[in-house]
Amino acid sequence: MTDRTLDTAPSKPPHPLQDIWADFRRNRGAMVGLALILIVTFLAVFADVVAPYGPAEQFRDAFLSPPAWLEGGDPRFLLGTDDVGRDMLSRLIYGARLSLLIGVVVVTLALAAGVTLGLCAGFFGGIVDIVVMRLMDIMLALPALLLAIVIVAILGPGLMNAMVAVTVVVVPHYARLTRGAVLSELGRDYVTASRVAGAGPLRLMFVTVLPNCLAPLIVQATLGFSGAILDAAALGFLGLGAQPPTPEWGSMLANALQFIQRAWWVVTFPGLAILVTVLAFNLMGDGLRDALDPKLKR
Amino acid sequence: MLKFFFRRASLVIPTFLGVTLLTFALVRLVPGDPLEMMAGERGLTPERHAELMAQYGYDKPLLEQYGLYLYELAGGDFGRSVVTKKPVLQEFFERFPATVELAVCAMFFAVLIGLPMGILAAVRRGTVLDYAVMGTAVTGFSMPIFWWALLLVLFFSVNLGWTPVSGRISALYWVDARTGFMLIDSLLSDEKGAFRSAVSHLILPAVALGTIPLAIIARMTRSSMLEVLNEDYVRTARAKGLSPFRVVTVHALRNALIPVVTVVGLATGILLAGAILTETIFSWPGIGKWLIEAVRRRDYPTVQGGVLLVATIIMLVNLLVDLLYGVINPRIRHASERT
Repeated sequence: MTDRTLDTAPSKPPHPLQDIWADFRRNRGAMVGLALILIVTFLAVFADVVAPYGPAEQFRDAFLSPPAWLEGGDPRFLLGTDDVGRDMLSRLIYGARLSLLIGVVVVTLALAAGVTLGLCAGFFGGIVDIVVMRLMDIMLALPALLLAIVIVAILGPGLMNAMVAVTVVVVPHYARLTRGAVLSELGRDYVTASRVAGAGPLRLMFVTVLPNCLAPLIVQATLGFSGAILDAAALGFLGLGAQPPTPEWGSMLANALQFIQRAWWVVTFPGLAILVTVLAFNLMGDGLRDALDPKLKR
Repeated sequence: MLKFFFRRASLVIPTFLGVTLLTFALVRLVPGDPLEMMAGERGLTPERHAELMAQYGYDKPLLEQYGLYLYELAGGDFGRSVVTKKPVLQEFFERFPATVELAVCAMFFAVLIGLPMGILAAVRRGTVLDYAVMGTAVTGFSMPIFWWALLLVLFFSVNLGWTPVSGRISALYWVDARTGFMLIDSLLSDEKGAFRSAVSHLILPAVALGTIPLAIIARMTRSSMLEVLNEDYVRTARAKGLSPFRVVTVHALRNALIPVVTVVGLATGILLAGAILTETIFSWPGIGKWLIEAVRRRDYPTVQGGVLLVATIIMLVNLLVDLLYGVINPRIRHASERT
């Protein structure tokens, strides 16, 4: 136990990161979430090695074959096959790649755009603040999924456009969060000191203030992964996201709808994959929030 | 009070104008010619094209087009569907009651289950029950509801045969649409069993749609109750010798409810977004399904009008919640008057 040794050395205060980690690991749900994320990431990265077959490989002798442990199941296909004889397990593993990619792209772009907008609004105030925050309010007036659907309706269906849509939709959350954090930091002495020392606006924004606003942003970004995966899957399910034969979990579900009465496995497993991944990020986000928020510390 | 009312209400107007700008831009941002897109494969003759350009006003300068758009909106003209040729406003209100019925029942389900769950978890903090409730809540919150709805159909409709798969009422019954709310209409009609049929059609969609609000309400109630249970007045109530049940339900709950009420009110957006998915799966003839179909058919005037109407309704409900909150909690009202 590493934290036990930390307790016995009071002369040296633990590094803040160690402190956060100690709080984080005490939260069982968060650790389960982290473990699940690591597993999904491993599967996604090594999909070529781990998956028994390719995502588009068809077996003409096994259409809608049930999972291996059921009567009539084929031992070659652990989770059964879909309507054109593709291995469900392999498609799900390759799907993990897409879902994580969606999460990474959406969260990165949204963070970049949202943080920049929020910093500008918080720093410059006045007309910039009003214009930016009003724009964000307008976007928040619409439900996220509806706005995403509208954007896809403009850009046309597809995985790329779905990612763009989901990104645009979540930017206001990051912008608001950053602006709020910036405003609460701006009045602090260290910012004034830095300003007096002659730091330029860019340095003040990104080097002085931003690092102190990171905690809520990290939490929001973690939770943003789950939101991005969920929304992209919903778009895929509605036929507006990734198009078949892409093994994206949401569009796999949409395709499986017609077999709901005959083959429960083609409906059950892709959704389970979405649920587990989203749940993992939510659990980890909750754990991070508790670990990063000094107010909640015991 | 009046001042507070006007202050809050006036905040809605710029947002509304912003949303009109967004929906106005929607059609103009479509790559290529919107008329060609709407015409689809059949194409248009140049004469017909020019005629339609003039009819939709696409040949005028953008600013004038926007002014015209606002002018038409002010007159209650939200455009006309290119598919059915009917006014968008009329189509919207034909379907709106179905969505309201679904959303209200979903919210009812969410509050009915979520509130007791949250209270129990708070009172039995740290026990297995607490963990079970919190586990259920975070799972519900992470649930892809389109999949959850399918699972419900798979289990209750396909395997058990308890409930129908889709629609609002069995085709065996003919119910006059007096209010547009099937539960009320079927009660008013003379058909025996119509109400039963309407209820059985409503249960699964309402449960599917209510799951995420349920999770949010359970979590919110728990944390809000935990805060209140430590307050002095709760300790006083306990010390007076009141029964634990009375302390929890009367003294603690009433104070814990304030944030929960806000969450319930602000869930309108969640419900309307969820309705898009739920209605598509259950073939529920509401605005969610209508909007998705409009997007698929590239019926841009319908998408434009529909989105604006949905946004307007969400804004109005949020405003209403804000105002109610000010009425319930005077501290909010005064705080906003001071600033």
